[in-house]
Amino acid sequence: MSNIVKKFPGVIANDGVNFEARVGEVHALLGENGAGKSTLSNVLTGLYRPDEGHIELLGNAVSFSSPRDALNCGIGMVHQHFRLVSSFTVAENVILGEDTTDVFTETTKVASRVEQLAQQYGMPVNPRASIWQLSVGEQQRVEILKVLYRGAQILILDEPTAVLTPQEADILFKTLRSMVAEGRTVIFISHKLDEVMAVSDRVTVLRNGKTVGTVDTASTSARELARMMVGRDIVFERVTRTRGGASSQSVLQVDSVNAQDDRGNQALHNVSLTVAKGEIVGVAGVSGNGQRELAEVLCGMRASTSGTFSVDGSSVDAGSVRRTLAAGIAHVPEDRLHTGLAAGHSVQDNLILKSYRRKPMSRFSVLQRKIINSNATELVDRYDVKTPDNATPVRLLSGGNVQKVLLAREFSTNPKILIAASPTRGLDVGAIESVRTRLAHVADDGVGVLLISEDLEEIFSLADRILVMYEGRITGDIPIADATRESIGLLMGGSAVSEVR
Amino acid sequence: MPRTKLHLERRLTQPRSLNWIVPLVSIVAALVLGSLVLVLTGKNPFSVYWRILDSGFASKQAIRGTLIAATPLAFTGLCAAATFRIGLVNIGGEGQLFMGAVGASFAGLALKGQPGWFIILGMMACGMICGAMFAAIVGVLKAKFNTNEIITSLMLNYVAGIILNYLIFNSTSYWRDPQSFGFPAGKPISSGSYWPTYEIVGIEIPFGFLVAIVAGLFMWFLYRSTRFGFEVGVIADSPGAAKYAGMRTRTKVVAVMAISGALAGLGGASDVGNFRHLLDAKGLQLAGYGYTGIVVAALARFSPLGAVFVAIIIGGLTNAGYALQGPDFQSGLVGTLKGLILFTAVAGEVLTRYRIRVRRADKAGAQA
Repeated sequence: MSNIVKKFPGVIANDGVNFEARVGEVHALLGENGAGKSTLSNVLTGLYRPDEGHIELLGNAVSFSSPRDALNCGIGMVHQHFRLVSSFTVAENVILGEDTTDVFTETTKVASRVEQLAQQYGMPVNPRASIWQLSVGEQQRVEILKVLYRGAQILILDEPTAVLTPQEADILFKTLRSMVAEGRTVIFISHKLDEVMAVSDRVTVLRNGKTVGTVDTASTSARELARMMVGRDIVFERVTRTRGGASSQSVLQVDSVNAQDDRGNQALHNVSLTVAKGEIVGVAGVSGNGQRELAEVLCGMRASTSGTFSVDGSSVDAGSVRRTLAAGIAHVPEDRLHTGLAAGHSVQDNLILKSYRRKPMSRFSVLQRKIINSNATELVDRYDVKTPDNATPVRLLSGGNVQKVLLAREFSTNPKILIAASPTRGLDVGAIESVRTRLAHVADDGVGVLLISEDLEEIFSLADRILVMYEGRITGDIPIADATRESIGLLMGGSAVSEVR
Repeated sequence: MPRTKLHLERRLTQPRSLNWIVPLVSIVAALVLGSLVLVLTGKNPFSVYWRILDSGFASKQAIRGTLIAATPLAFTGLCAAATFRIGLVNIGGEGQLFMGAVGASFAGLALKGQPGWFIILGMMACGMICGAMFAAIVGVLKAKFNTNEIITSLMLNYVAGIILNYLIFNSTSYWRDPQSFGFPAGKPISSGSYWPTYEIVGIEIPFGFLVAIVAGLFMWFLYRSTRFGFEVGVIADSPGAAKYAGMRTRTKVVAVMAISGALAGLGGASDVGNFRHLLDAKGLQLAGYGYTGIVVAALARFSPLGAVFVAIIIGGLTNAGYALQGPDFQSGLVGTLKGLILFTAVAGEVLTRYRIRVRRADKAGAQA
């Protein structure tokens, strides 16, 4: 691919990108969110047409106007978000969209072929199982089998490990290596340095829509790649705090809260905790141990079955978003695009999602568009959101900017307590740094922060105190000075504090 | 000779100008297709179209008839457009309009002897309440049990039809005229409560149509500029975000359905007040205002003011159909033209989401 240019309204996503992959290699495409990786792969697979530049395949110039064209030329894409029909079986999904004359007899043939492919590449999956019965890792295998079945010689995987556990990721890497050994080519899109180092032969780094360079993995280092990716050295260190952490005055007090999860099983067992003014309390734990339910109870989206919590000494009714909002609890949810923001709505509308009910955003039930717009202009400027204009739908922004919109809104509510769930998940290095700095700043301003994260690195870089959640209980409460990665890791795995010490 | 192929590509954004370009092109395409049909049946398309224009929109009398035909369609169009914003489909405009007519004719009969303006207000209020309550059934079922609103609203149309038949044909109800001999009919409301017709810049405009314009402006404002409209938009876009922001989704679903039903109910009231002056069970069911309203809304791309405008066009066609039909011109032909417009409008909808690309087959690289 040479000199690819793709422009979107107000943004140049690819600005003269050159990219070349050899037959039989794993070629990583590395870059921050918004660097243009996804756009480039969408151009390569025919989803977008480039505004300039051309693509050559084994020496022949090609142009695609649909993913089907690309697939006919042997280029298949495995998307980050799966495109599977959950009520269909694996085999049915594999032939979905193919021109078949007889679906019923065809599926048996397909099933045996799928089984054979699955075996060949070490991706065990039952072709007759329905998609909804499969784990996320298995579903990804189906996506890969789908493109293999159609004879793809070049596979593009868009952040394939984002949804996988480390073990599943290891299996995936083995599969990729075995495909490459057979002469297929794998293009591996990622922003995780260690993965890229582990699996790729060569790496092309993109930054701001331009190619920074292509290097052999063997002759580079993670640090070198990081520098290429962000254009400067970034080392994760403890984020500096201007004031020496917490005061003694507690702002959030939670007393033996119990709650159920969506299936009606008890998810929180007598959870009690306090957060002091200006304190960042990290909640560590493997996901699914009640962190999500805890966050939802505290921000009013989930009713508790018993227990109370209070902000600044006055108790808050559980189960009402509006009342927790009024009490001064801000919430950065895990799922930004589907919970935290209305993705199809504009930046300015999303910025008033929590304040539209009150003056000055609305008067006598009528929205004050002028004020809403100037509010957006101010926040976009202050939080350095990169957007063409205030009316751009949030779904068109890159991940880091989406999170900036969300943080801008939550901070602008002047909260007393901020509950942040995995605030940097899926963001690139530069955005992670800026989000963490912002969190440290609000804490310095006296806001109590409850930081829920699976990422120990994040917790160690920010928290003053670490709570560990295991099976719906708080199993440890350790000041940062006494905490080690090892001890927290053990607690997360279910060991008791007495064992750890 | 390289072969050219047409391809559909998904649009990344939908330009606003498409909102009026697509309906316009759809109507032109329908007229072209329609002229084929006319030529095949041995008519001169130009003269037919001229006669449609003439008898639908040209004379003062024609415009009056057109606006009378357009009024209920404007309301049912608004009704269908109203629920679209929250992502619901209300097929029940038909039944809600029936119930509105029942309510309005009740008020017209019961308030007999009161001042005219008072009766008219009573008819409007009663029609709106009846339509709203009937539609709220659908809303409550949706909010409480997540019942499919398309099915429930459609089924309730039949219920409303049966209620109409019962009131006029199968009972000696308050609505039935005891003096009607032979064929059962509704009791006429007093002439003092007839809705007026105003002459504005030489055009006779029925009061009901003015109400439709006001209702269209109200809906436009409601969805564009109010807190309520904002919440409805967010609920449709992202239920998760709506919950997160503390919006009461269920209440909004019921409220939007009720507003939608109130609009259809107003349509029923205007039909009684401006046109039939009694509860006409057979006539209402034959007119099919509710179903045509869905088409009006779709053609208007679910914009409230657009629905009022489109209703005039469809109303004009309907009105011209009455004038044209005769031994030499089958009434079905006008229906065919209307059908073609709908057909092309729905087809045109594709173009708002996709763009057509022409490309040469030899450059496609499919042989590689």
